[in-house]
Amino acid sequence: MSKSSKIFYIVLLLGALVAPFIGYPIFLMKVLSFALFACAFNLLIGFTGLLSFGHAMFFGGAAYLCAYAAKAWGLTPELAVLFGSVGAAILGYFVGWLAVRRQGIYFAMVSLALSQMVYFICVQAPFTGAEDGLQNVPRGKLFGLVSLADDTTMYYFVLAVFIFGFWLIYRTIHSPFGQVLKSIRENEPRALSLGYDVDKYKLVAFVISAGLAGMAGALKSLSLGLATLTDVTWQMSGEVVLMTLLGGMGTILGPVVGAASIVTMQNYLASLGSWVTIIMGIIFVVCVLAFRRGIVGEIAHRLKK
Amino acid sequence: MTEIFGVPTQALWGQLMIGLVNGSFYAMLSLGLAVIFGMLNVVNFAHGAFYMMGAFFSWMLLNLLGIGYWWSLLLAPIGVALVGIVIEKTMLRWLYQLDHLYGLLLTFGIALIIEGVFRDQYGVSGQPYDLPEIFKGAFDLGFMMLPKYRAWVIVACLTICFATWFVIERTRLGSYLRAGTENPKLVQAFGINVPLMVTLTYAFGVGLAGLAGVLAAPVYQVNPLMGSNIVIVVFAVVVIGGMGSILGAILTGIALGLIEGLTKVFYPEASATVVFIIMAIVLLIRPAGLFGREK
Repeated sequence: MSKSSKIFYIVLLLGALVAPFIGYPIFLMKVLSFALFACAFNLLIGFTGLLSFGHAMFFGGAAYLCAYAAKAWGLTPELAVLFGSVGAAILGYFVGWLAVRRQGIYFAMVSLALSQMVYFICVQAPFTGAEDGLQNVPRGKLFGLVSLADDTTMYYFVLAVFIFGFWLIYRTIHSPFGQVLKSIRENEPRALSLGYDVDKYKLVAFVISAGLAGMAGALKSLSLGLATLTDVTWQMSGEVVLMTLLGGMGTILGPVVGAASIVTMQNYLASLGSWVTIIMGIIFVVCVLAFRRGIVGEIAHRLKK
Repeated sequence: MTEIFGVPTQALWGQLMIGLVNGSFYAMLSLGLAVIFGMLNVVNFAHGAFYMMGAFFSWMLLNLLGIGYWWSLLLAPIGVALVGIVIEKTMLRWLYQLDHLYGLLLTFGIALIIEGVFRDQYGVSGQPYDLPEIFKGAFDLGFMMLPKYRAWVIVACLTICFATWFVIERTRLGSYLRAGTENPKLVQAFGINVPLMVTLTYAFGVGLAGLAGVLAAPVYQVNPLMGSNIVIVVFAVVVIGGMGSILGAILTGIALGLIEGLTKVFYPEASATVVFIIMAIVLLIRPAGLFGREK
Protein backbone atom coordinates (compact mmCIF):
# COMPACT_ATOMS: atom_id res chain seq x y z
CA MET A 1 0.00 0.00 0.00
CA SER A 2 1.45 3.37 -0.95
CA LYS A 3 1.96 6.08 1.63
CA SER A 4 -0.72 8.37 0.23
CA SER A 5 -3.36 5.64 0.22
CA LYS A 6 -2.35 4.68 3.77
CA ILE A 7 -3.01 8.26 4.88
CA PHE A 8 -6.27 8.20 2.95
CA TYR A 9 -7.47 5.06 4.72
CA ILE A 10 -6.46 6.48 8.13
CA VAL A 11 -8.48 9.63 7.43
CA LEU A 12 -11.43 7.47 6.42
CA LEU A 13 -11.11 5.46 9.63
CA LEU A 14 -11.02 8.61 11.75
CA GLY A 15 -14.08 9.87 9.90
CA ALA A 16 -15.88 6.59 10.62
CA LEU A 17 -14.93 6.83 14.32
CA VAL A 18 -16.41 10.30 14.82
CA ALA A 19 -19.38 9.73 12.46
CA PRO A 20 -21.93 8.65 15.13
CA PHE A 21 -21.53 12.02 16.86
CA ILE A 22 -22.50 13.80 13.65
CA GLY A 23 -25.05 11.51 11.97
CA TYR A 24 -27.69 9.03 13.13
CA PRO A 25 -26.02 5.81 14.30
CA ILE A 26 -28.89 3.66 12.97
CA PHE A 27 -28.55 5.15 9.52
CA LEU A 28 -24.76 4.76 9.62
CA MET A 29 -25.08 1.12 10.64
CA LYS A 30 -27.39 0.52 7.70
CA VAL A 31 -24.87 2.17 5.38
CA LEU A 32 -22.02 0.04 6.77
CA SER A 33 -24.01 -3.18 6.41
CA PHE A 34 -24.90 -2.44 2.82
CA ALA A 35 -21.35 -1.28 2.11
CA LEU A 36 -20.01 -4.63 3.30
CA PHE A 37 -22.68 -6.38 1.24
CA ALA A 38 -21.65 -4.46 -1.88
CA CYS A 39 -17.93 -5.06 -1.22
CA ALA A 40 -18.59 -8.79 -0.96
CA PHE A 41 -20.55 -8.69 -4.18
CA ASN A 42 -17.80 -6.67 -5.87
CA LEU A 43 -15.28 -9.41 -5.09
CA LEU A 44 -17.18 -11.50 -7.64
CA ILE A 45 -18.24 -9.02 -10.30
CA GLY A 46 -15.25 -6.70 -10.08
CA PHE A 47 -12.40 -9.08 -9.43
CA THR A 48 -13.55 -12.44 -10.78
CA GLY A 49 -15.92 -11.34 -13.52
CA LEU A 50 -18.90 -13.31 -12.18
CA LEU A 51 -22.28 -11.58 -12.09
CA SER A 52 -24.27 -13.16 -9.29
CA PHE A 53 -27.86 -11.97 -9.51
CA GLY A 54 -28.88 -13.76 -6.35
CA HIS A 55 -26.78 -12.36 -3.57
CA ALA A 56 -29.88 -11.46 -1.58
CA MET A 57 -30.18 -15.13 -0.60
CA PHE A 58 -26.95 -14.86 1.40
CA PHE A 59 -27.71 -11.42 2.80
CA GLY A 60 -31.31 -12.20 3.74
CA GLY A 61 -30.67 -15.82 4.63
CA ALA A 62 -27.97 -14.86 7.13
CA ALA A 63 -30.20 -12.08 8.47
CA TYR A 64 -32.78 -14.73 9.35
CA LEU A 65 -30.22 -17.14 10.81
CA CYS A 66 -28.60 -14.44 12.93
CA ALA A 67 -31.92 -13.03 14.11
CA TYR A 68 -33.18 -16.49 14.99
CA ALA A 69 -30.02 -17.41 16.85
CA ALA A 70 -30.09 -14.20 18.85
CA LYS A 71 -33.80 -14.36 19.58
CA ALA A 72 -34.61 -18.03 20.08
CA TRP A 73 -31.32 -19.33 21.44
CA GLY A 74 -30.10 -16.13 23.08
CA LEU A 75 -26.70 -16.32 21.37
CA THR A 76 -24.34 -13.42 22.03
CA PRO A 77 -24.11 -10.98 19.07
CA GLU A 78 -20.64 -12.01 17.90
CA LEU A 79 -21.70 -15.67 17.84
CA ALA A 80 -25.00 -14.83 16.12
CA VAL A 81 -23.16 -12.91 13.39
CA LEU A 82 -20.69 -15.77 13.03
CA PHE A 83 -23.57 -18.25 12.82
CA GLY A 84 -25.24 -16.22 10.06
CA SER A 85 -22.00 -15.82 8.10
CA VAL A 86 -21.09 -19.50 8.29
CA GLY A 87 -24.63 -20.45 7.28
CA ALA A 88 -24.42 -18.12 4.27
CA ALA A 89 -21.00 -19.52 3.33
CA ILE A 90 -22.35 -23.08 3.41
CA LEU A 91 -25.33 -22.04 1.27
CA GLY A 92 -22.82 -20.27 -0.99
CA TYR A 93 -20.86 -23.48 -1.36
CA PHE A 94 -23.87 -25.38 -2.70
CA VAL A 95 -25.12 -22.55 -4.91
CA GLY A 96 -21.63 -21.87 -6.26
CA TRP A 97 -21.05 -25.57 -6.85
CA LEU A 98 -24.13 -25.58 -9.12
CA ALA A 99 -23.67 -22.17 -10.70
CA VAL A 100 -20.01 -22.38 -11.78
CA ARG A 101 -21.06 -25.08 -14.21
CA ARG A 102 -22.37 -22.33 -16.46
CA GLN A 103 -20.62 -19.19 -17.66
CA GLY A 104 -21.48 -15.56 -18.24
CA ILE A 105 -25.10 -14.77 -18.61
CA TYR A 106 -26.25 -18.25 -17.61
CA PHE A 107 -24.35 -17.92 -14.33
CA ALA A 108 -26.41 -14.81 -13.58
CA MET A 109 -29.67 -16.56 -14.40
CA VAL A 110 -28.82 -19.66 -12.37
CA SER A 111 -27.93 -17.60 -9.30
CA LEU A 112 -31.11 -15.55 -9.69
CA ALA A 113 -33.26 -18.66 -9.97
CA LEU A 114 -31.65 -20.35 -6.96
CA SER A 115 -32.08 -17.20 -4.93
CA GLN A 116 -35.77 -17.14 -5.83
CA MET A 117 -35.96 -20.70 -4.56
CA VAL A 118 -34.44 -19.60 -1.24
CA TYR A 119 -37.02 -16.81 -1.16
CA PHE A 120 -39.89 -19.28 -1.48
CA ILE A 121 -38.33 -21.48 1.19
CA CYS A 122 -38.15 -18.44 3.50
CA VAL A 123 -41.83 -17.70 2.79
CA GLN A 124 -42.83 -21.22 3.85
CA ALA A 125 -40.27 -22.17 6.51
CA PRO A 126 -41.68 -22.30 10.05
CA PHE A 127 -38.92 -20.27 11.71
CA THR A 128 -38.96 -17.15 9.50
CA GLY A 129 -42.30 -15.77 10.67
CA ALA A 130 -43.58 -15.52 7.05
CA GLU A 131 -44.88 -12.04 6.21
CA ASP A 132 -44.10 -10.60 9.66
CA GLY A 133 -40.48 -11.70 9.63
CA LEU A 134 -38.53 -11.83 12.88
CA GLN A 135 -39.04 -8.67 14.86
CA ASN A 136 -37.61 -7.26 18.10
CA VAL A 137 -34.36 -9.14 17.68
CA PRO A 138 -32.31 -8.53 20.85
CA ARG A 139 -28.81 -7.15 20.33
CA GLY A 140 -27.59 -8.88 23.46
CA LYS A 141 -24.25 -8.44 25.18
CA LEU A 142 -20.97 -8.57 23.29
CA PHE A 143 -18.98 -11.57 24.62
CA GLY A 144 -21.66 -11.67 27.31
CA LEU A 145 -20.18 -8.52 28.88
CA VAL A 146 -20.87 -5.29 26.98
CA SER A 147 -24.50 -4.42 26.30
CA LEU A 148 -25.08 -3.27 22.72
CA ALA A 149 -28.51 -1.80 23.41
CA ASP A 150 -27.06 1.69 23.03
CA ASP A 151 -26.95 2.70 19.35
CA THR A 152 -23.49 4.26 19.52
CA THR A 153 -21.96 1.17 21.14
CA MET A 154 -23.66 -0.99 18.54
CA TYR A 155 -22.27 1.26 15.83
CA TYR A 156 -18.70 0.57 16.95
CA PHE A 157 -19.39 -3.16 16.94
CA VAL A 158 -20.75 -2.90 13.39
CA LEU A 159 -17.77 -0.77 12.37
CA ALA A 160 -15.33 -3.31 13.79
CA VAL A 161 -16.99 -6.17 11.91
CA PHE A 162 -17.11 -4.06 8.75
CA ILE A 163 -13.39 -3.29 8.98
CA PHE A 164 -12.67 -6.99 9.46
CA GLY A 165 -14.72 -7.86 6.35
CA PHE A 166 -13.20 -5.04 4.32
CA TRP A 167 -9.69 -6.10 5.36
CA LEU A 168 -10.43 -9.69 4.39
CA ILE A 169 -11.56 -8.60 0.93
CA TYR A 170 -8.55 -6.30 0.57
CA ARG A 171 -6.20 -9.13 1.52
CA THR A 172 -7.97 -11.55 -0.85
CA ILE A 173 -7.68 -9.17 -3.79
CA HIS A 174 -4.00 -8.48 -3.15
CA SER A 175 -3.00 -12.08 -2.56
CA PRO A 176 -1.68 -14.52 -5.19
CA PHE A 177 -5.14 -16.07 -5.05
CA GLY A 178 -6.63 -12.68 -5.98
CA GLN A 179 -4.25 -12.39 -8.93
CA VAL A 180 -5.53 -15.69 -10.26
CA LEU A 181 -9.11 -14.41 -9.86
CA LYS A 182 -8.23 -11.33 -11.92
CA SER A 183 -6.66 -13.49 -14.61
CA ILE A 184 -9.92 -15.45 -14.77
CA ARG A 185 -11.80 -12.19 -15.18
CA GLU A 186 -9.50 -11.02 -17.96
CA ASN A 187 -9.16 -14.24 -19.90
CA GLU A 188 -10.68 -17.42 -18.59
CA PRO A 189 -9.45 -19.82 -21.31
CA ARG A 190 -5.89 -18.60 -20.81
CA ALA A 191 -6.06 -19.05 -17.04
CA LEU A 192 -7.33 -22.56 -17.71
CA SER A 193 -4.54 -23.31 -20.15
CA LEU A 194 -1.96 -22.11 -17.63
CA GLY A 195 -3.11 -24.97 -15.46
CA TYR A 196 -5.34 -23.23 -12.94
CA ASP A 197 -8.44 -25.11 -11.87
CA VAL A 198 -10.67 -22.20 -12.82
CA ASP A 199 -13.90 -23.64 -11.43
CA LYS A 200 -12.32 -24.27 -8.05
CA TYR A 201 -11.02 -20.69 -7.84
CA LYS A 202 -14.43 -19.35 -8.80
CA LEU A 203 -16.08 -21.53 -6.18
CA VAL A 204 -13.74 -20.36 -3.40
CA ALA A 205 -14.31 -16.73 -4.40
CA PHE A 206 -18.05 -17.38 -4.41
CA VAL A 207 -17.97 -18.90 -0.92
CA ILE A 208 -15.94 -15.98 0.50
CA SER A 209 -18.30 -13.51 -1.12
CA ALA A 210 -21.38 -15.37 0.14
CA GLY A 211 -20.00 -15.57 3.67
CA LEU A 212 -19.24 -11.86 3.79
CA ALA A 213 -22.60 -10.96 2.24
CA GLY A 214 -24.09 -13.06 5.03
CA MET A 215 -22.03 -11.20 7.59
CA ALA A 216 -23.49 -7.95 6.22
CA GLY A 217 -27.03 -9.31 6.45
CA ALA A 218 -26.44 -10.51 10.00
CA LEU A 219 -25.16 -7.05 11.00
CA LYS A 220 -28.19 -5.44 9.44
CA SER A 221 -30.66 -7.68 11.24
CA LEU A 222 -28.96 -7.10 14.61
CA SER A 223 -28.62 -3.34 14.25
CA LEU A 224 -32.16 -2.75 12.96
CA GLY A 225 -33.62 -5.52 15.12
CA LEU A 226 -35.50 -7.29 12.34
CA ALA A 227 -35.15 -9.77 9.52
CA THR A 228 -37.83 -9.74 6.83
CA LEU A 229 -38.64 -11.16 3.44
CA THR A 230 -37.49 -7.89 1.81
CA ASP A 231 -33.89 -8.93 2.45
CA VAL A 232 -34.28 -12.11 0.36
CA THR A 233 -36.14 -10.72 -2.66
CA TRP A 234 -34.66 -10.39 -6.14
CA GLN A 235 -35.05 -6.61 -5.76
CA MET A 236 -32.42 -6.77 -3.00
CA SER A 237 -30.12 -8.70 -5.34
CA GLY A 238 -30.67 -5.93 -7.88
CA GLU A 239 -29.97 -3.23 -5.32
CA VAL A 240 -26.52 -4.57 -4.50
CA VAL A 241 -25.73 -4.76 -8.21
CA LEU A 242 -26.77 -1.14 -8.54
CA MET A 243 -24.68 -0.01 -5.54
CA THR A 244 -21.60 -1.66 -6.99
CA LEU A 245 -22.25 -0.40 -10.50
CA LEU A 246 -22.83 3.16 -9.32
CA GLY A 247 -19.79 3.20 -7.06
CA GLY A 248 -17.53 1.49 -9.55
CA MET A 249 -17.13 -2.21 -10.30
CA GLY A 250 -13.64 -3.52 -9.67
CA THR A 251 -12.60 -0.60 -7.45
CA ILE A 252 -11.95 -1.20 -3.78
CA LEU A 253 -13.89 1.72 -2.35
CA GLY A 254 -16.51 1.99 -5.09
CA PRO A 255 -19.07 -0.32 -3.44
CA VAL A 256 -18.83 1.67 -0.20
CA VAL A 257 -19.54 4.93 -2.04
CA GLY A 258 -22.31 3.30 -4.06
CA ALA A 259 -23.95 1.79 -0.98
CA ALA A 260 -23.80 5.09 0.88
CA SER A 261 -25.36 6.94 -2.08
CA ILE A 262 -28.20 4.47 -2.60
CA VAL A 263 -29.05 4.09 1.10
CA THR A 264 -29.04 7.88 1.49
CA MET A 265 -31.28 8.25 -1.54
CA GLN A 266 -33.72 5.62 -0.26
CA ASN A 267 -33.77 7.36 3.11
CA TYR A 268 -34.64 10.77 1.72
CA LEU A 269 -37.02 9.60 -0.97
CA ALA A 270 -38.82 6.91 1.03
CA SER A 271 -42.01 9.00 1.05
CA LEU A 272 -42.18 8.91 -2.75
CA GLY A 273 -43.12 5.21 -2.78
CA SER A 274 -42.82 3.61 -6.22
CA TRP A 275 -40.73 6.52 -7.44
CA VAL A 276 -37.75 5.08 -5.54
CA THR A 277 -37.94 2.04 -7.84
CA ILE A 278 -38.24 4.25 -10.92
CA ILE A 279 -35.27 6.37 -9.89
CA MET A 280 -33.20 3.27 -9.22
CA GLY A 281 -34.11 2.00 -12.67
CA ILE A 282 -33.05 5.30 -14.21
CA ILE A 283 -29.72 5.22 -12.35
CA PHE A 284 -29.21 1.69 -13.69
CA VAL A 285 -29.86 2.77 -17.26
CA VAL A 286 -27.67 5.88 -17.00
CA CYS A 287 -24.80 3.97 -15.38
CA VAL A 288 -24.84 1.22 -17.99
CA LEU A 289 -25.11 3.61 -20.94
CA ALA A 290 -22.82 6.44 -19.95
CA PHE A 291 -21.10 5.84 -16.64
CA ARG A 292 -19.74 2.32 -16.66
CA ARG A 293 -16.69 3.14 -14.55
CA GLY A 294 -18.87 4.31 -11.65
CA ILE A 295 -18.11 7.19 -9.28
CA VAL A 296 -14.83 5.91 -7.84
CA GLY A 297 -13.71 4.41 -11.14
CA GLU A 298 -14.30 7.72 -12.88
CA ILE A 299 -12.35 9.65 -10.23
CA ALA A 300 -9.46 7.19 -10.43
CA HIS A 301 -9.48 7.46 -14.21
CA ARG A 302 -9.35 11.29 -14.08
CA LEU A 303 -6.53 11.23 -11.51
CA LYS A 304 -4.44 8.93 -13.67
CA LYS A 305 -4.65 11.26 -16.70
CA MET B 1 -65.37 -40.35 -7.10
CA THR B 2 -62.36 -41.98 -8.80
CA GLU B 3 -58.95 -41.43 -7.31
CA ILE B 4 -55.30 -41.80 -8.35
CA PHE B 5 -52.78 -42.19 -5.51
CA GLY B 6 -55.39 -40.81 -3.14
CA VAL B 7 -56.02 -37.73 -5.27
CA PRO B 8 -59.44 -37.23 -6.88
CA THR B 9 -59.05 -37.32 -10.67
CA GLN B 10 -61.12 -34.15 -10.98
CA ALA B 11 -58.48 -32.21 -9.02
CA LEU B 12 -55.69 -33.88 -10.94
CA TRP B 13 -57.11 -32.93 -14.35
CA GLY B 14 -57.93 -29.45 -13.12
CA GLN B 15 -54.36 -28.82 -11.97
CA LEU B 16 -52.93 -30.35 -15.13
CA MET B 17 -55.08 -27.92 -17.08
CA ILE B 18 -53.81 -24.94 -15.07
CA GLY B 19 -50.30 -26.31 -15.52
CA LEU B 20 -50.82 -26.43 -19.26
CA VAL B 21 -52.02 -22.81 -19.26
CA ASN B 22 -48.99 -21.68 -17.25
CA GLY B 23 -46.74 -23.81 -19.42
CA SER B 24 -48.11 -22.13 -22.54
CA PHE B 25 -47.16 -18.75 -21.11
CA TYR B 26 -43.69 -20.02 -20.14
CA ALA B 27 -43.29 -21.33 -23.66
CA MET B 28 -44.27 -18.02 -25.29
CA LEU B 29 -42.02 -16.01 -23.01
CA SER B 30 -38.98 -18.26 -23.23
CA LEU B 31 -39.46 -18.39 -26.99
CA GLY B 32 -39.24 -14.58 -27.17
CA LEU B 33 -36.21 -14.57 -24.86
CA ALA B 34 -34.48 -17.16 -27.03
CA VAL B 35 -35.17 -15.27 -30.27
CA ILE B 36 -33.89 -12.01 -28.77
CA PHE B 37 -30.83 -13.65 -27.27
CA GLY B 38 -30.00 -15.35 -30.54
CA MET B 39 -30.00 -12.13 -32.53
CA LEU B 40 -28.98 -9.46 -30.00
CA ASN B 41 -26.96 -11.45 -27.46
CA VAL B 42 -29.00 -9.70 -24.80
CA VAL B 43 -30.81 -11.51 -22.01
CA ASN B 44 -33.90 -9.39 -21.86
CA PHE B 45 -34.62 -8.96 -18.16
CA ALA B 46 -37.46 -6.59 -19.10
CA HIS B 47 -39.34 -9.50 -20.70
CA GLY B 48 -41.63 -9.87 -17.71
CA ALA B 49 -42.24 -6.13 -17.66
CA PHE B 50 -43.34 -6.24 -21.31
CA TYR B 51 -45.66 -9.14 -20.51
CA MET B 52 -47.19 -7.05 -17.73
CA MET B 53 -47.35 -4.07 -20.07
CA GLY B 54 -49.30 -6.11 -22.63
CA ALA B 55 -51.81 -7.09 -19.97
CA PHE B 56 -52.15 -3.48 -18.84
CA PHE B 57 -52.51 -2.13 -22.38
CA SER B 58 -55.28 -4.61 -22.94
CA TRP B 59 -56.96 -3.59 -19.66
CA MET B 60 -56.60 0.11 -20.54
CA LEU B 61 -58.00 -0.41 -24.03
CA LEU B 62 -61.08 -2.04 -22.52
CA ASN B 63 -61.65 0.22 -19.53
CA LEU B 64 -60.50 3.59 -20.85
CA LEU B 65 -61.34 3.38 -24.54
CA GLY B 66 -63.95 0.65 -24.59
CA ILE B 67 -62.00 -1.40 -27.12
CA GLY B 68 -62.69 -5.08 -26.63
CA TYR B 69 -60.66 -8.24 -26.34
CA TRP B 70 -60.25 -9.11 -30.03
CA TRP B 71 -58.85 -5.73 -31.03
CA SER B 72 -56.57 -5.64 -28.03
CA LEU B 73 -55.12 -9.00 -29.11
CA LEU B 74 -53.77 -7.03 -32.07
CA LEU B 75 -53.29 -3.52 -30.69
CA ALA B 76 -51.69 -4.21 -27.30
CA PRO B 77 -48.79 -6.30 -28.69
CA ILE B 78 -48.19 -3.65 -31.35
CA GLY B 79 -48.06 -1.01 -28.63
CA VAL B 80 -45.58 -3.10 -26.66
CA ALA B 81 -43.50 -3.72 -29.78
CA LEU B 82 -43.36 0.05 -30.45
CA VAL B 83 -42.03 0.64 -26.94
CA GLY B 84 -39.52 -2.12 -27.65
CA ILE B 85 -38.40 -0.41 -30.86
CA VAL B 86 -37.81 2.86 -29.02
CA ILE B 87 -35.76 1.09 -26.33
CA GLU B 88 -33.69 -0.84 -28.87
CA LYS B 89 -33.02 2.24 -31.01
CA THR B 90 -32.12 4.57 -28.16
CA MET B 91 -30.41 2.33 -25.60
CA LEU B 92 -29.75 -1.35 -26.34
CA ARG B 93 -28.05 -0.47 -29.63
CA TRP B 94 -25.02 0.98 -27.84
CA LEU B 95 -24.27 -2.17 -25.90
CA TYR B 96 -23.80 -4.83 -28.59
CA GLN B 97 -20.03 -4.48 -28.57
CA LEU B 98 -19.78 -4.80 -24.79
CA ASP B 99 -19.92 -7.72 -22.39
CA HIS B 100 -23.33 -9.42 -22.36
CA LEU B 101 -23.71 -8.54 -18.71
CA TYR B 102 -24.39 -4.91 -19.57
CA GLY B 103 -27.40 -5.87 -21.66
CA LEU B 104 -28.81 -7.76 -18.69
CA LEU B 105 -28.16 -4.82 -16.35
CA LEU B 106 -29.70 -2.28 -18.73
CA THR B 107 -32.85 -4.30 -19.26
CA PHE B 108 -33.05 -4.87 -15.50
CA GLY B 109 -33.09 -1.09 -15.07
CA ILE B 110 -35.76 -0.76 -17.75
CA ALA B 111 -37.83 -3.43 -15.99
CA LEU B 112 -37.61 -1.45 -12.73
CA ILE B 113 -38.73 1.73 -14.48
CA ILE B 114 -41.70 0.12 -16.25
CA GLU B 115 -42.79 -1.72 -13.12
CA GLY B 116 -42.39 1.40 -10.98
CA VAL B 117 -44.49 3.53 -13.34
CA PHE B 118 -47.38 1.05 -13.37
CA ARG B 119 -47.14 0.55 -9.61
CA ASP B 120 -47.26 4.29 -9.10
CA GLN B 121 -50.41 4.48 -11.22
CA TYR B 122 -52.27 1.35 -10.17
CA GLY B 123 -50.84 0.17 -6.83
CA VAL B 124 -50.11 -3.49 -6.23
CA SER B 125 -53.65 -4.82 -6.13
CA GLY B 126 -54.87 -6.61 -9.23
CA GLN B 127 -57.34 -5.19 -11.74
CA PRO B 128 -59.82 -7.78 -13.02
CA TYR B 129 -60.25 -8.11 -16.78
CA ASP B 130 -63.76 -9.11 -17.80
CA LEU B 131 -64.01 -12.14 -20.02
CA PRO B 132 -65.62 -11.63 -23.41
CA GLU B 133 -69.13 -13.14 -23.51
CA ILE B 134 -68.14 -15.92 -25.92
CA PHE B 135 -65.60 -17.37 -23.45
CA LYS B 136 -67.90 -17.62 -20.45
CA GLY B 137 -68.82 -21.11 -19.35
CA ALA B 138 -67.05 -24.40 -19.79
CA PHE B 139 -66.98 -27.51 -21.95
CA ASP B 140 -68.04 -30.71 -20.23
CA LEU B 141 -65.50 -33.33 -21.24
CA GLY B 142 -67.12 -36.07 -19.18
CA PHE B 143 -64.16 -36.57 -16.84
CA MET B 144 -63.68 -32.84 -16.14
CA MET B 145 -65.00 -29.34 -16.83
CA LEU B 146 -62.82 -27.36 -19.22
CA PRO B 147 -63.34 -23.59 -18.94
CA LYS B 148 -63.69 -22.22 -22.47
CA TYR B 149 -61.21 -19.41 -22.02
CA ARG B 150 -58.46 -21.72 -20.75
CA ALA B 151 -58.96 -23.96 -23.74
CA TRP B 152 -58.66 -20.93 -26.00
CA VAL B 153 -55.45 -19.76 -24.28
CA ILE B 154 -53.80 -23.15 -24.76
CA VAL B 155 -54.83 -23.40 -28.39
CA ALA B 156 -53.81 -19.80 -29.12
CA CYS B 157 -50.42 -20.06 -27.38
CA LEU B 158 -49.53 -23.33 -29.06
CA THR B 159 -50.57 -22.00 -32.47
CA ILE B 160 -48.47 -18.86 -32.01
CA CYS B 161 -45.48 -20.84 -30.77
CA PHE B 162 -45.53 -23.27 -33.68
CA ALA B 163 -46.17 -20.47 -36.17
CA THR B 164 -43.07 -18.72 -34.83
CA TRP B 165 -41.10 -21.93 -35.07
CA PHE B 166 -42.29 -22.40 -38.65
CA VAL B 167 -41.37 -18.85 -39.69
CA ILE B 168 -37.90 -19.09 -38.20
CA GLU B 169 -37.00 -22.60 -39.27
CA ARG B 170 -38.85 -22.99 -42.55
CA THR B 171 -39.20 -19.63 -44.36
CA ARG B 172 -36.83 -17.32 -46.22
CA LEU B 173 -37.25 -14.54 -43.65
CA GLY B 174 -36.37 -17.02 -40.94
CA SER B 175 -33.28 -18.13 -42.81
CA TYR B 176 -32.05 -14.51 -42.87
CA LEU B 177 -32.64 -14.39 -39.15
CA ARG B 178 -30.74 -17.60 -38.50
CA ALA B 179 -27.92 -16.47 -40.76
CA GLY B 180 -27.82 -13.15 -38.91
CA THR B 181 -27.54 -15.01 -35.62
CA GLU B 182 -24.59 -17.03 -36.94
CA ASN B 183 -22.66 -14.28 -38.69
CA PRO B 184 -24.16 -10.78 -38.87
CA LYS B 185 -21.22 -9.27 -40.79
CA LEU B 186 -21.47 -11.74 -43.64
CA VAL B 187 -25.24 -11.33 -43.87
CA GLN B 188 -24.80 -7.57 -44.03
CA ALA B 189 -22.26 -8.01 -46.82
CA PHE B 190 -24.95 -9.84 -48.79
CA GLY B 191 -27.03 -6.69 -48.71
CA ILE B 192 -29.44 -7.38 -45.88
CA ASN B 193 -30.18 -4.54 -43.50
CA VAL B 194 -28.98 -6.21 -40.30
CA PRO B 195 -29.55 -3.29 -37.88
CA LEU B 196 -33.18 -3.12 -39.03
CA MET B 197 -33.48 -6.86 -38.62
CA VAL B 198 -32.10 -6.59 -35.08
CA THR B 199 -34.61 -3.87 -34.21
CA LEU B 200 -37.51 -5.86 -35.62
CA THR B 201 -36.36 -9.01 -33.83
CA TYR B 202 -36.42 -7.20 -30.52
CA ALA B 203 -39.82 -5.70 -31.35
CA PHE B 204 -41.12 -9.15 -32.28
CA GLY B 205 -39.75 -10.77 -29.13
CA VAL B 206 -41.25 -8.22 -26.76
CA GLY B 207 -44.45 -8.10 -28.83
CA LEU B 208 -44.75 -11.83 -28.20
CA ALA B 209 -44.39 -11.14 -24.48
CA GLY B 210 -47.08 -8.45 -24.79
CA LEU B 211 -49.39 -10.88 -26.55
CA ALA B 212 -48.85 -13.41 -23.78
CA GLY B 213 -49.83 -10.63 -21.38
CA VAL B 214 -53.09 -9.95 -23.24
CA LEU B 215 -53.94 -13.66 -23.17
CA ALA B 216 -53.07 -13.81 -19.47
CA ALA B 217 -55.10 -10.74 -18.47
CA PRO B 218 -58.44 -12.54 -17.99
CA VAL B 219 -56.83 -15.60 -16.33
CA TYR B 220 -54.82 -13.79 -13.68
CA GLN B 221 -55.52 -10.33 -12.37
CA VAL B 222 -53.76 -7.52 -14.17
CA ASN B 223 -51.07 -6.57 -11.69
CA PRO B 224 -47.85 -4.52 -11.92
CA LEU B 225 -45.95 -7.35 -10.22
CA MET B 226 -47.16 -10.12 -12.53
CA GLY B 227 -44.15 -9.71 -14.81
CA SER B 228 -41.32 -9.99 -12.32
CA ASN B 229 -42.94 -13.03 -10.74
CA ILE B 230 -42.98 -14.93 -13.99
CA VAL B 231 -39.71 -13.76 -15.53
CA ILE B 232 -37.51 -15.53 -12.99
CA VAL B 233 -39.33 -18.82 -13.58
CA VAL B 234 -38.89 -18.25 -17.31
CA PHE B 235 -35.15 -17.72 -16.76
CA ALA B 236 -35.02 -21.10 -15.04
CA VAL B 237 -36.95 -22.59 -17.98
CA VAL B 238 -34.39 -21.10 -20.34
CA VAL B 239 -31.50 -22.51 -18.30
CA ILE B 240 -33.14 -25.94 -18.35
CA GLY B 241 -33.91 -25.90 -22.06
CA GLY B 242 -30.89 -24.01 -23.29
CA MET B 243 -31.43 -21.02 -25.55
CA GLY B 244 -30.05 -22.67 -28.67
CA SER B 245 -33.28 -24.24 -29.86
CA ILE B 246 -36.69 -22.73 -30.58
CA LEU B 247 -38.54 -26.00 -30.34
CA GLY B 248 -36.60 -26.82 -27.17
CA ALA B 249 -37.76 -23.58 -25.54
CA ILE B 250 -41.40 -24.35 -26.37
CA LEU B 251 -41.31 -27.95 -25.19
CA THR B 252 -39.44 -27.13 -21.97
CA GLY B 253 -41.90 -24.36 -21.14
CA ILE B 254 -44.94 -26.59 -21.52
CA ALA B 255 -43.34 -29.54 -19.74
CA LEU B 256 -42.42 -27.41 -16.74
CA GLY B 257 -45.90 -25.94 -16.54
CA LEU B 258 -47.31 -29.48 -16.41
CA ILE B 259 -44.78 -30.59 -13.79
CA GLU B 260 -45.67 -27.55 -11.70
CA GLY B 261 -49.34 -28.49 -11.97
CA LEU B 262 -48.65 -32.09 -10.91
CA THR B 263 -46.62 -30.88 -7.94
CA LYS B 264 -49.57 -28.77 -6.82
CA VAL B 265 -51.64 -31.95 -6.62
CA PHE B 266 -49.18 -34.31 -4.98
CA TYR B 267 -46.93 -32.07 -2.89
CA PRO B 268 -48.27 -28.49 -2.87
CA GLU B 269 -45.52 -27.19 -0.56
CA ALA B 270 -42.96 -27.62 -3.33
CA SER B 271 -45.03 -26.17 -6.19
CA ALA B 272 -43.27 -22.80 -6.06
CA THR B 273 -39.80 -24.31 -5.99
CA VAL B 274 -40.11 -27.37 -8.24
CA VAL B 275 -38.93 -25.55 -11.37
CA PHE B 276 -35.78 -24.39 -9.60
CA ILE B 277 -35.12 -27.86 -8.23
CA ILE B 278 -35.40 -29.31 -11.74
CA MET B 279 -33.02 -26.61 -12.92
CA ALA B 280 -30.48 -27.69 -10.31
CA ILE B 281 -30.81 -31.33 -11.35
CA VAL B 282 -30.41 -30.48 -15.03
CA LEU B 283 -27.31 -28.44 -14.21
CA LEU B 284 -25.83 -31.48 -12.53
CA ILE B 285 -26.60 -33.90 -15.35
CA ARG B 286 -26.43 -31.77 -18.48
CA PRO B 287 -24.83 -28.40 -17.68
CA ALA B 288 -25.53 -27.05 -21.19
CA GLY B 289 -29.29 -27.57 -20.80
CA LEU B 290 -31.51 -30.22 -22.35
CA PHE B 291 -31.48 -28.75 -25.86
CA GLY B 292 -28.41 -26.53 -25.52
CA ARG B 293 -25.09 -26.70 -27.26
CA GLU B 294 -21.98 -26.24 -25.17
CA LYS B 295 -20.04 -23.29 -26.57
